[in-house]
Amino acid sequence: MCLAIPGKLIEISQDAHGVRMGKANFGGIVKQVCLEYTPEAIAGEYVLVHVGFALGRVDEEEAARTYKLLEEMHQLSELEAPDA
Amino acid sequence: MKYLDEYRDHALALRLVNELNRMVTRPWVLMEVCGGQTHTIVKYGIDHLLPSNIELVHGPGCPVCVTSLEMIDKAHAIARRPDVIFCSFGDMLRVPGSTTDLLVLKSRGADVRVVYSPIDSLKIARANPNKKVVFFAIGFETTAPGNAMAVWQAHKQGIRNYSVLVSHVLVPPAIASILQSPSNRVQGFLGPGHVCTIMGYREYEPISARFRVPIVITGFEPLDILEGILMTVRQLELGKWEVENQYPRVVKREGNLIAQDLVNKVFEVGDRKWRGVGSIPKSGYKLRYELRDHDAERIFEVDEIDIQEPAVCISGLVLRGVKKPHDCPAFGERCTPEHPLGATMVSAEGACAAYYAYGRHLQQHMRRKPGVDQRSAVT
Repeated sequence: MCLAIPGKLIEISQDAHGVRMGKANFGGIVKQVCLEYTPEAIAGEYVLVHVGFALGRVDEEEAARTYKLLEEMHQLSELEAPDA
Repeated sequence: MKYLDEYRDHALALRLVNELNRMVTRPWVLMEVCGGQTHTIVKYGIDHLLPSNIELVHGPGCPVCVTSLEMIDKAHAIARRPDVIFCSFGDMLRVPGSTTDLLVLKSRGADVRVVYSPIDSLKIARANPNKKVVFFAIGFETTAPGNAMAVWQAHKQGIRNYSVLVSHVLVPPAIASILQSPSNRVQGFLGPGHVCTIMGYREYEPISARFRVPIVITGFEPLDILEGILMTVRQLELGKWEVENQYPRVVKREGNLIAQDLVNKVFEVGDRKWRGVGSIPKSGYKLRYELRDHDAERIFEVDEIDIQEPAVCISGLVLRGVKKPHDCPAFGERCTPEHPLGATMVSAEGACAAYYAYGRHLQQHMRRKPGVDQRSAVT
């Protein structure tokens, strides 16, 4: 229920009532999303979407850093345990 | 898909498990708060990969599961009315109330519609000015901004035939309630990543300090979960307790302030009854008085409905991490996703339903046969 999925923002618009809306691509499926809570998000960025609302941007730098840390741990343990 | 596939790397997952094996010196009990995390753990068999002295117990974070029986009965009473179009997220449709569910009501002619977003229910209200359109606004803090926006837009645009049946629940009071319980076994928490995307994690800091318990805000992919476990166990092994953030690619300490602002404009904190658990003070959102014209409980006068839950299952103990699904004699036999007896079996994210979906009820049959080792029966 609280699951939110990252989608790539491909279009930003406003609806007839002035609500900031947009379209996001989720691995090939394009859906409308409300962008009122992410006024800073721009096309090309990834946003985290839940029940049709972008809850926040996915921070590319943080994502890369987390993954790099995990990978470094990988390499480190390979050095420690070459037979594993 | 970007930001999903990277965090499902098998080799990396095994390395994290090795690291955990090196680190752990004694038994620890951790709880993952979210139903989505439970689902990932059971789907990928993460609990079977862990060192045997790390036990995961499953938390109360499934809003469909914990929506009280009486709130579901209120939804049914409203949906039965001929002047009503009742809109709901799809996962509420099969959840049984005391006599029926929304899907059965729909098959008998009630106008029940599944919506993907609360905004869709607002569109239905605009398109059907002669009907009363009611949206079943359930969820944790993650869903509150979406539901708040629908109410706020209805208010601003003067859509008078739109109302919401609010059954919102909040995570921090539930965690505190688990930690206060004399039967509590939980020593560390994997915190709710998407709830904290909205709310930030400042409100978890006093809980961590008061109960001296590590809380690591954690994502939903297998590597997120494993790293969250690693960070929690590291704190426990070092005798530390603090709030850490495993999920910085979306969670910031202050959360999404714009979303919090609108949620606070539309909702206020109130007591809330949880299915399987009972009433927890200040553990939910209700509509603010100024928005009462959009309050379905008031409009349809269903606030008198008061139902006591039958004590047929142990879901309350499962939701608090005291018992596991297979500790229940009814699990997988009298109680299945088709015929759920209680909270944790009613939604796919409930611990019992997740265990059932990934074949853990078969494990139960094996376990009941003498001489069959539980672990080897599964792996």
